[in-house]
Amino acid sequence: MHIPDGFINLGTSAAAGVISAATVGVSLKKASQEHDRIIPMAGLTAAFIFALQMLNFPVGAGVSGHLLGGALAAVLVGPWVGTLVMSVVLIVQALLIADGGLSALGLNVLNMGIVAVWVGWLLFRGLTKALPKTTGWAIVSSMLAAFVSVVAAAIAFTIEYAIGGQGGASLSTVLTGMVGVHALIGIGEAIITGVVLGAVLAVRPDLVAGVEGVDLAPTRSAPSARAVWAFVVGGMVVALALVFFVAPLADPDPDGLNFVAIDTGFDHTEQPSPIDTPLAGYGVKGIEDDRVGTITAGAIGTVVVFGIGLGLVALVRRRRTA
Amino acid sequence: MSGSHAHALYFHGHSAVHRLPGAVKLAALFVYVLAVVATPPTFFPAMVVHVAVLLTALAFSELPVGFFLRRLLVDIPFVLFALFLPLVGTAPHIEVGFLSLSVPGLYAAWNIIVKATLGVGASVIVGGTTEVPEIVAGLERLRVPRLMTAIISSMVRYMEVVGDEFKRARIAMEARGFRARWLGHARPLATSAGALFIRSYERGERVYQAMAARGFTGHMPDLEERGPISPGQWATGLAPAAVSLVAAAAALLLT
Repeated sequence: MHIPDGFINLGTSAAAGVISAATVGVSLKKASQEHDRIIPMAGLTAAFIFALQMLNFPVGAGVSGHLLGGALAAVLVGPWVGTLVMSVVLIVQALLIADGGLSALGLNVLNMGIVAVWVGWLLFRGLTKALPKTTGWAIVSSMLAAFVSVVAAAIAFTIEYAIGGQGGASLSTVLTGMVGVHALIGIGEAIITGVVLGAVLAVRPDLVAGVEGVDLAPTRSAPSARAVWAFVVGGMVVALALVFFVAPLADPDPDGLNFVAIDTGFDHTEQPSPIDTPLAGYGVKGIEDDRVGTITAGAIGTVVVFGIGLGLVALVRRRRTA
Repeated sequence: MSGSHAHALYFHGHSAVHRLPGAVKLAALFVYVLAVVATPPTFFPAMVVHVAVLLTALAFSELPVGFFLRRLLVDIPFVLFALFLPLVGTAPHIEVGFLSLSVPGLYAAWNIIVKATLGVGASVIVGGTTEVPEIVAGLERLRVPRLMTAIISSMVRYMEVVGDEFKRARIAMEARGFRARWLGHARPLATSAGALFIRSYERGERVYQAMAARGFTGHMPDLEERGPISPGQWATGLAPAAVSLVAAAAALLLT
């Protein structure tokens, strides 16, 4: 998710940079009104998120799903400090470990530090107010907020790609790929967010900005293994649903997102298949309707990526035990 | 804290690039990266200039080539994405062996790989030759808000402390026979992450109290004497970036 230099054109990166700089400016003002202790608090929360991002969970071949932490930061320290924390993490990553391009910093802050943080925060606040006020439900809300925040960041990325991307692939291909993969990353993000929040709520609920003013009745502190599995299955269903409903939205009316000419768009049937596989060109052979074809390809792709992820874990686990 | 300011990317040395002020290197990095991104990717002479500028800077920085190449690996996920583009890209296609590759996809892949690699390379040179306090002072000199640079330096100062605390928790778990499995793994790991957050946050409160007790006024003191940057230093530092900027401008005019 860390966009490197040259991935998105200069104009789009600059526009995102202006939006991000302005938002970070407002966040600095708001956050320093909230606490006077902002410097060490935000710095240490950023160090914590940075450490947490080293937790990698395998998603599939070539995809390192590491925690983004946007929703978690928002729930723990509020959206203003959350945006600052994520921005600082991204700046340090760009300058000290060359992860994410300097010219794309505005884009990265926008996706992970603003979109993910605010989507996560608003959803979490809305849900904790609407749902029964117990710790258990707060954890479920945080998991949903985390999942949706990752998918929202992936959608933000796709919009940026549509505006200033280097073309090549059709928009729907990018959208299906990004949303599919990030739906899977979102499951991991949700689990970690939920369990971390559960652990904090069990010991220091007063530290959680997201439940300020909400009187939570304590339930169990962390979800059981069965609840985690239920969430994984639920997440898969949501991931597939996204592939079914979000992906085709881009095709019938490319003008909605599309500011650059994506010439051929969806005519994969009229092109020679890039490679002769059953999923060539993101359309399934033998299925005539293009849209059904992409959905099926996206769905199969999602399941396959998920399967590869599980398979790799099984392999790693076996090697460790051996 | 051991008092060392070195970070993961830093490589100790005394080259001409190491001695340049942080502000100059950050400004040069920014200009260079913008020039690279603005260049039309199919204008190959300009790309050759960008590569030459990067290699010259690398030579002057005296960073070992192996170190430089290892740090370039951050690039890989997006290179994989880029390599995928010719396969799923739009028409027209060309036949290469048994593959049929999309021509716009190939251009996009070339564009992403070359620009991302140049950007990472330039960041590695700046990161490899600049210590953290110098980077923070440079950001401040480049008019990044004080509050922001103060948060950055407090983060960097505690990054290793928090990371090490996490590692210790992991070692303690392993010592008690906890074996990493996927879903079973997530819960104890995330619980310890929760404990880590509480510790980090409480440490932040203690740090603030210590700072307040010592008369903190909202600005982190800089322990090193940093004189004004001479025009000569600006000129030397920005020269390579200026060359790339000219190349980019020429490329934009000629295409």
